[in-house]
Amino acid sequence: MTSQIKSPPLKNCPKTVIDRAGLDCLFDSLRVRGFTVVGPTVRDGAIIYDNLGSTNDLPMGWTDEQEAGSYRLKKRSDKALFGYTVGPHSWKKYLFPPRQRLWMAKRQGRSFSIENNDPPENSKFAFIGVRSCELHAIGIQDRVFIGDKFIDPVYKSRREQAFIVAVNCGQAGGACFCASMNTGPKAESGFDLALTEILNRKSPYFVVEVGSAAGAEVMGDIPQRQLAEKDEQAAEAVVAGATSQMGRAMEVEGIRELLPDNPDHPRWEEVAKRCLSCANCTMACPTCFCSTVEDTTDLTGDHAERWKRWDSCFTMDFSYIHGGFVRQETKSRYRHWITHKLSTWHNQFGSSGCVGCGRCITWCPVGIDITEEVGAIRASLS
Amino acid sequence: MTVLLDDPMVTTPWVIDQMRRETADTFTFILKPVKGHGRGSFQFEPGQFNMLYVFGTGEVPISISGTQEQNGKLEHTTRVAGTVTGAMGKLRSGDVIGIRGPFGSHWPIENAIGKDVIVVAGGIGLAPLRPVYNALVGRRDEFNKIVLLYGSRTPEDILFRSELEKLSANLDIEVFVTVDRSTMGWRGNVGVVTSLLRNVPFDPRNAVAMVCGPEIMMRFSVHELQRRGLKEEEIYISMERNMKCAIGHCGHCQYGPEFICKDGPVFPYNRISNLLGTREL
Repeated sequence: MTSQIKSPPLKNCPKTVIDRAGLDCLFDSLRVRGFTVVGPTVRDGAIIYDNLGSTNDLPMGWTDEQEAGSYRLKKRSDKALFGYTVGPHSWKKYLFPPRQRLWMAKRQGRSFSIENNDPPENSKFAFIGVRSCELHAIGIQDRVFIGDKFIDPVYKSRREQAFIVAVNCGQAGGACFCASMNTGPKAESGFDLALTEILNRKSPYFVVEVGSAAGAEVMGDIPQRQLAEKDEQAAEAVVAGATSQMGRAMEVEGIRELLPDNPDHPRWEEVAKRCLSCANCTMACPTCFCSTVEDTTDLTGDHAERWKRWDSCFTMDFSYIHGGFVRQETKSRYRHWITHKLSTWHNQFGSSGCVGCGRCITWCPVGIDITEEVGAIRASLS
Repeated sequence: MTVLLDDPMVTTPWVIDQMRRETADTFTFILKPVKGHGRGSFQFEPGQFNMLYVFGTGEVPISISGTQEQNGKLEHTTRVAGTVTGAMGKLRSGDVIGIRGPFGSHWPIENAIGKDVIVVAGGIGLAPLRPVYNALVGRRDEFNKIVLLYGSRTPEDILFRSELEKLSANLDIEVFVTVDRSTMGWRGNVGVVTSLLRNVPFDPRNAVAMVCGPEIMMRFSVHELQRRGLKEEEIYISMERNMKCAIGHCGHCQYGPEFICKDGPVFPYNRISNLLGTREL
């Protein structure tokens, strides 16, 4: 999380209150400090993450309704800026870009040399509106890409520079189950600033919690007032509201054994009848980290490039070795994905690979529900 | 784009000093560093692998089949199996390929000191074990019995044949070779490598086995070794899966909880025995 990379979290830092104008100031302050400000905005019928010009680009007055295989935007009766739950995008698209060139090479006779001639990219992002489940997802990918012997330099650079503005959830969606994964809805650590949006009749205002020295420095630029007791109570009520609305729950007791101990369970056949092996769940998942590489050359054959791009364990090619494919059947691929996510991830990285964001449920075209699949296997054995 | 020197995904050019045909579909590259590249001498442990890159074509994991320590050369032996190894087979001495590595776990040579050592190889699986038998012979005094069992498809497919003949001339190392299918002139063993295991002399209370070959061959070899009384934790096997990064980031080589690239490829059998029976894991 941020705290592992940057300064340690601040202790006993006073919370303050900012209004919409203060939020405008926050955007300006981040931009002046060289950050590309990215966050939620409405596009193509969904709330996605993209560059934000100003707070006017935030999804004011919008919310979403989510169910297995279904996502719909809906107008709210208020002017909430963060009155939605997570959408199809996650922050991994910034920290672990979907496509990136690893290097270029130029043929020189029978030899070649690795080229190094691109200007450094601007990858200093400020993330606006990071949810608690997403903070946990970033922490999980940290352990994959920068937490072991080998370091991904692009991830490391982007991660170290990122400024994280978390937003506590005021509502939970139909596919949400962070409470049962112990990953939300309140942002506990791993942020520079955390906002709680308080809705009142006129315009929303925000209780701000400072999570790092960098966060404190930015707050120095922003007009704010002291926190009153009623603000604190209102903020607590916001988070309590979200906790009470969780659309789903994952029963995690014994889950590390449940899935790998049942590789031949008939449920795998059953889910494979519905699963399209389309890879949508892995693209939407904020922790899925698999990638492949592609080699290209130009027409002369003298210039070669190596690209890394997101990959999915749901594709046939994923498991190719000479002589064939290891996971030929959809049931093997679904079993691998869910077993890795909920069980073997613990062996590899010391935590679950699931943060309960519900994206894989919402964005599955046939509405396969990870909590339901686990529940079905569990129920059949009890 | 800034290529960072310590980026584990960036390859280093090595020149093919010699391209040696081994059998109809296998060959060995003897590689030497390109001047101005690389970081000093190449250190590796037997059983580890490198990612070999063919310009513009792709990259594949290939085990290291040896080094020539006196001149810093590196050896890779492979079989033509796919696009990249097919392109490799067409390269000649003087061509340059890319190397990243070494990666992965290694054979337990230190654990074998003072014990009987049984080396079991099938097909191209002999290549990652070549540094093992060379090390064992080089340090002969440190080990008890040394037995090398090798199974190949036909007599013509026997890898490192002259080397095996030389080894078997040593009176203090036992070499047994078998073929699946006999051809003209072959008067040796015919049958699977596991059949050789039945009568091999070793003390199961004080022995280590290192097994590499097709998965099915390794499973039957392990069963036979266990039947002979060798403990699971003294049997080592080398696994293979799709690999794109070799550094535990790309996810392709997962085998249950293991990443073949960084937890393996060499595993003590007891660590993965519960995974081997599951199809399409």
